[in-house]
Amino acid sequence: MSELLTAAFLLVGSAFMGIAALGLVRFPDLYTRMHSASKASSLGVGCLLAGVAIAYPTAMVIAKCVLVLLFVFLTVPVAAHMIGRAAYLLGVPLWHGSVADDLKGRYSEDRSTLSSD
Amino acid sequence: MMQSVNTIVIVTLTLALLLAFYRLVRGPSLPDRVVALDLISMIIAGMLTASVIRTRQPVLLDAVTVMAVVSFFGTIAFARYLERRSLSDE
Repeated sequence: MSELLTAAFLLVGSAFMGIAALGLVRFPDLYTRMHSASKASSLGVGCLLAGVAIAYPTAMVIAKCVLVLLFVFLTVPVAAHMIGRAAYLLGVPLWHGSVADDLKGRYSEDRSTLSSD
Repeated sequence: MMQSVNTIVIVTLTLALLLAFYRLVRGPSLPDRVVALDLISMIIAGMLTASVIRTRQPVLLDAVTVMAVVSFFGTIAFARYLERRSLSDE
């Protein structure tokens, strides 16, 4: 039973990693690529770690898996946010089909601060 | 059964690594390449996690921890660098 669960988690996790890489190649601009890469890859690593925690149910292994999982889930969104902000400041263009750009014009005068109005 | 599952997992992760490497080489802007590098280090962390099952060595989880930390700080450093460069260009 635990072996079946482990196999299922490993397959689902690696499938999500593959989907993340596929999105990184196929999506049209940086911002959509970033969304695919950060979300799907953190879920993929989470599934793989869950598979390891089920295969080796000792306190040490489970503690390490939970630690890595918490770290990944806390840091990947922060890193994606910083990359997106830096790319927007650099002027990386949006896809021509994008319908909303709420930051348009807000960075024009003083590039380091965001005006709220 | 575990043998074939391991093979499928390794093949899938290697394909993902190749796709991410394509974006790293091709990527039109520098932030694209940084995102690709971030995904590559996440895929390597996933490969290490899968090797825990394959080699029956749970101690490899320490390497996964190190890989996650290195990935985070590398991405943060690149983002700071890009942001400072965009500010000094104006």
